Amino acid sequence: MFFEKELETMDRKSLENLQVERLKEKIEYAYNNVEFYRKKFQESGITKESINSIEDIRKLPFTTKNDFRDNYPFGLLAKPMKEIIRIHSSSGTTGKPTVVAYTKNDIETWSRLVARIAKAAGVTDEDIVQIAFGYGLFTGGFGLHYGLEKVGAAIIPASSGNTKRQVMIMKDYGATVLVCTPSYALYIGEVARQMNLNPQEDLKLRIGMFGAEPWSEQMRKKIEESLAIKAYDNYGLSEIIGPGVAGECVEQNGMHIAEDHFIVEIINPDTLEPAKEGEYGELVVTTLTKEALPVFRYRTRDITRLIKTPCSCGRTSYRMEKPIGRTDDMLIIRGVNVFPSQIEEVLFNIEGISPHYQIIVDRMGALDTMTIMVEANANLFFDEMKKQKQLLDKINAELKTTLGIDVEVKLVEPNSIQRSEGKAKRIIDKRKF
Amino acid sequence: MDLQKYKITQISVFIENKKGRFYNTTKVLKEAGVNIRAMSLADTMDFGILRFVVDKPDVAFESLVEANFIVKKNYVIATAVKDESGGLCELLETINNLNLNIEYMYTFVNALQNKAVMLFKFEDIDEAIEKLLQNDAELLEEKFFTEY
Repeated sequence: MFFEKELETMDRKSLENLQVERLKEKIEYAYNNVEFYRKKFQESGITKESINSIEDIRKLPFTTKNDFRDNYPFGLLAKPMKEIIRIHSSSGTTGKPTVVAYTKNDIETWSRLVARIAKAAGVTDEDIVQIAFGYGLFTGGFGLHYGLEKVGAAIIPASSGNTKRQVMIMKDYGATVLVCTPSYALYIGEVARQMNLNPQEDLKLRIGMFGAEPWSEQMRKKIEESLAIKAYDNYGLSEIIGPGVAGECVEQNGMHIAEDHFIVEIINPDTLEPAKEGEYGELVVTTLTKEALPVFRYRTRDITRLIKTPCSCGRTSYRMEKPIGRTDDMLIIRGVNVFPSQIEEVLFNIEGISPHYQIIVDRMGALDTMTIMVEANANLFFDEMKKQKQLLDKINAELKTTLGIDVEVKLVEPNSIQRSEGKAKRIIDKRKF
Repeated sequence: MDLQKYKITQISVFIENKKGRFYNTTKVLKEAGVNIRAMSLADTMDFGILRFVVDKPDVAFESLVEANFIVKKNYVIATAVKDESGGLCELLETINNLNLNIEYMYTFVNALQNKAVMLFKFEDIDEAIEKLLQNDAELLEEKFFTEY
């Protein structure tokens, strides 16, 4: 199903022409309206004439999260406050918050982008959608809300938290679509079961649209089984626009990128050169249609790769794989790069393992240690020490094969790992650098 | 031969090596009105396995599950030996000669007049029961624990 079929299935040549044309326009627009970009473009001698093909985008300087912080709160805006109708921001847990703003047209664009991914996942105007993302400065709640309104679905703005009530609403109002983080979806399933509900029979859910944190294919399977739904991934970040930058179609094989609105590149985060075809690297995004806050070559810190082969759904856009992690989530353990998603992959392949886990990193003397806390359950508990040890040895060995380093798996009691209503906190890094 | 009557239900509980967890387990059993007849605690750095033989195994199992403990049910056998020097040694000699592999064992003293009770977990419980009976070991029946 399409929301804007013509744009979503445009042939690549026309799409690229459109991208080049829009990029030129935006360079001139930013030059005229944002002091920060004017300086940057002047320094590197960039004008709209510098761009003749998509590849020429490499001439532009990168934008980073620090640029947002240095210009906190409104230094990057290209429009006066009179034309701004919405402001969102990051939580600012790791520094000054990143502030983003939208004009009326931006909100319209954003809604259309979300409507595209909702339609791609099979949501229709018959659906009842429960949005269990936090409504607030975080872009997830409102972003999905406005987009799903465009599709014509009935929206329950449940926001996050109070999980029992979430489940009750889901059951009583007959929600057919759930929107939240993948880790919260898993928790909702767990709570439903604690309430003696069988999602297959007692709930009408059929689709889940999940985003805002990296998750693995194994986690998708667990969620799909737990809630008896099809789970779709979507991608976005506030600095770019919010959710809706990319989303999965029913093929569930990579997220279609709205390339008429964004140019994406994959770079090697160390050399900043383009990654080789098909290689993992950092996703870099340039906005082509934003008014309030145009952003050029934003370094997302998300590690992924592109799928350029045509998709059987008919969309012509490139797809991005689920990010395997973020450059700032990446743990360096004894010099080895480790992403939490790699650990999740190993764990979830083990029969009967609990989907709740936490990674504790510490340093003993000069040596980094990594302990993975996994909740025990009857499937993982043996009455005999010998068998118990065999199971733990097996998990440790598989993690060692995947990660290349020794880690220790510890079984902890059920419900002792904190459940998440938003983004899951998977890593506790106790090291002091 | 009816081997079933010699199979004693044992409840095993996973407990994290944390303050108060053992106590919580016994509290659940107390509130359920379950009497512990024999028990053992195997511990490692991170977690322990508590093993119980109780008078009401089903009640114990249900109430521990209800209290969110990780619980398993399995079978052990109980043998009585003379409560005197060499009593256990004789039994172990028999087991050794029969080539039976013990997974673990624990004891339960003062249960019978002048006798001690040993609880054994064998790799193959049916084989163990048959062979031990053929060799005149005194096996206790489950009702000994449940009806005491």
